Amino acid sequence: MITVVRAGPLTTIQDQGRPGYAHLGVPRSGALDSRALRRANAMVGNPASAAGLETTLMGCALRFEEPAVVAVTGAAAIVKLDKVPVDGLIEVGAGSLLDVGRATRGVRSYVAVCGGLDVEPVLGSRATDTLSGLGPARLTDGMTLSVGRPPAASPEAAVSLEPDDSPEIEDQPEIADELDLGVWIGPRDDWFSGSELFDTPYRVSPMSNRIGCRLSGAALTRTRAGELPPEGVVLGAIQVPVDGQPLIFLADHPTTGGYPVIGVVDDVNALAQARPGSTVRFHALD
Amino acid sequence: MRLKRAGASALLIECRDGEQVEAWRSELLRRRDAGDLRIVDIVPGARSLLLDGVGPGTVEALAALPEPRRSAVSRDQWPVVPIPTVFDGQDLADVATRWAMTTAQAIDHLTTTDFTVAFCGFSPGFAYMRGLGEKFSVPRLDAPRPRVPAGSVGLAGEYCGIYPTASPGGWQLVGRTSETLFDVRDEPPARLGPGTRVRLVAA
Repeated sequence: MITVVRAGPLTTIQDQGRPGYAHLGVPRSGALDSRALRRANAMVGNPASAAGLETTLMGCALRFEEPAVVAVTGAAAIVKLDKVPVDGLIEVGAGSLLDVGRATRGVRSYVAVCGGLDVEPVLGSRATDTLSGLGPARLTDGMTLSVGRPPAASPEAAVSLEPDDSPEIEDQPEIADELDLGVWIGPRDDWFSGSELFDTPYRVSPMSNRIGCRLSGAALTRTRAGELPPEGVVLGAIQVPVDGQPLIFLADHPTTGGYPVIGVVDDVNALAQARPGSTVRFHALD
Repeated sequence: MRLKRAGASALLIECRDGEQVEAWRSELLRRRDAGDLRIVDIVPGARSLLLDGVGPGTVEALAALPEPRRSAVSRDQWPVVPIPTVFDGQDLADVATRWAMTTAQAIDHLTTTDFTVAFCGFSPGFAYMRGLGEKFSVPRLDAPRPRVPAGSVGLAGEYCGIYPTASPGGWQLVGRTSETLFDVRDEPPARLGPGTRVRLVAA
């Protein structure tokens, strides 16, 4: 059992989401930086599908009633166990306090506990969907979380592994203040003129959230009037509303949208760590 | 068929109208269930079908398929889901005026229309049902209501929709139902998925 001592502004339970229900209007949801959660799970010996915590900017603090093996990935943040800074694979004793500090780079930290967080899955996933409200409630101070049973070979097997030597565990990517994102052009690039998207940098707006990363910069010019009949949209879709300021869909994005999608960002993981004010540039893929 | 790319692992099939979308949807669903195609999400829109999470070779496989015939959608064999509806919506009188009908005639029109779920969106289980046709299109409200109760039956554009949960909403409300339309304990969780035929029944 874990007691939430400090929930932080938005800490949610996340896993790899619930794809397969988009035709019923159910967002995929799941960890915004899914790679970072996968990495944390691999470190503690969990399957990739295990549920962990996703914090936002300010981290969180957790008291463990029983011993646990924990890993924290994602944003750069100071992690302390009973006020002592710790790193890598963390062995938590019964009664200890784990404090994930404020993000000094990036936005979202991921906390994986060996055995995974044990909450009732909803449509096959334990992810909190901030758009539809499906999944477990966001964390609040004082609430408790249950930990699942460790996978058969763990935690001893996981502990004995040097994380860096495991082929399963990807390196933590550098978190940059400037992102250069690859974009697949279309499907509605014919609603816009030329290469405007690639000409100038954009800034990440403070209005960004788990649904989408809002950008501000040169407005994209539509060459076509009228409305697009609503159509299905994918993760990473760059939707352009009437004001011309692009919005990149992240995990909790709606399943259909009525604004044209000029292109699709190939890998949205880095956007999960893009702080407001960060610079985003795009380059075309083909 | 016009096929467009939507990122590295998704394709968009552009269609002429909602019926062609439905013909493609049921055909691809059948082929996926038979194991011929690997597609995670088959998501209809108003005039398109999004295939998300497609396996390699899907473009070639799709290009080789003949256009599904609309008659392949054997509508008569499908069950019709009746939705008991109380027609007391705040905008019913305005809708009737727009249609140049009395309120009773408007209710009669709504209860004799064969609706088909074209696509879902907006919120889990919210079905955009076609069947009214362009002639009976109604605009959205200028200012959306901050809260529309669950079960509200509304119209916008040429679609009829029912709010599965309470939410803000800009559709013109014609009535309400007490039916549960979305429940995560059900499989499928949405009562009105794409392709479902629906009748509003005066309650």
